[in-house]
Amino acid sequence: MSIFYFVAFLSILFAVLVISAKNPVHSILYLVLTFFTFTIQYILLNAQFLAIVNFIVYMGAILVLFLYTLMLINLNKDSEPMKTNLVKIAAVLGGGCLLVVIVGALKALGVSQPVILKNPDLGLVKNLGKVLFNEFLLPFEVSSLLLLSAMVGAVLLATKDKKTTV
Amino acid sequence: MESFFETVKTVPLNHYIILSSVIFSIGVMGVLLRRNAIVIFMSVELMLNAVNLLLTAFSVYHGDPNGQVFVFFIMALAAAEVAVGLAIIVMIYRNTNSVDINVLNRLKW
Repeated sequence: MSIFYFVAFLSILFAVLVISAKNPVHSILYLVLTFFTFTIQYILLNAQFLAIVNFIVYMGAILVLFLYTLMLINLNKDSEPMKTNLVKIAAVLGGGCLLVVIVGALKALGVSQPVILKNPDLGLVKNLGKVLFNEFLLPFEVSSLLLLSAMVGAVLLATKDKKTTV
Repeated sequence: MESFFETVKTVPLNHYIILSSVIFSIGVMGVLLRRNAIVIFMSVELMLNAVNLLLTAFSVYHGDPNGQVFVFFIMALAAAEVAVGLAIIVMIYRNTNSVDINVLNRLKW
């Protein structure tokens, strides 16, 4: 029980550091730590497949993509001009209002049941694979089309247009 | 190993919802607060991950594997979104020499 609260505290701490770090590289490294705490949460929920996918896809692929992009556009100088204090206060108030509304609505629900793992092999690859390739076969194939079109779009957008630049 | 998973059984579902809403709100604040387009993108990733954690908690709570399959699809979608979005950011940097979103105000008003 205390593991959950410790990891939850760590993920909130690192998430605050992500949006408050001045240097974007530090932001990305804190984001890696945040995602690692999420992986621990998945393991605690015995969602082993999601834990591995989160570890490999998010921390391994997506964040490395972020780091490479940051390297390509060479932002290592701390030159980001911050917004004015009024906009900062308004932003924190806006996010805080969203949080207060959600938590307030949750309080009206009263005490909830504890999360109990009824089926221990719920999140294992065998069980999820059966669901994925039976009920969700069409969305699975459509997502492959989505990834293909995203790849083509990314290559098309990021390559230099020779006619306009020269 | 069994006693390790026993630890979760005493955590109420409300605490998972509160944790996810806190992380989601931090993501919203990050989008509103920062001017660097890449950090805004990372805040969006933070919001997507908060939703993923909540879907997984609900899936375990109800004993329904569909929620975890949804999380898998959200991760595939996030990968596609990041690839296209970062390509757009690289293109913007090439044209304006900065990733400050306040430069891109031609659609304002």
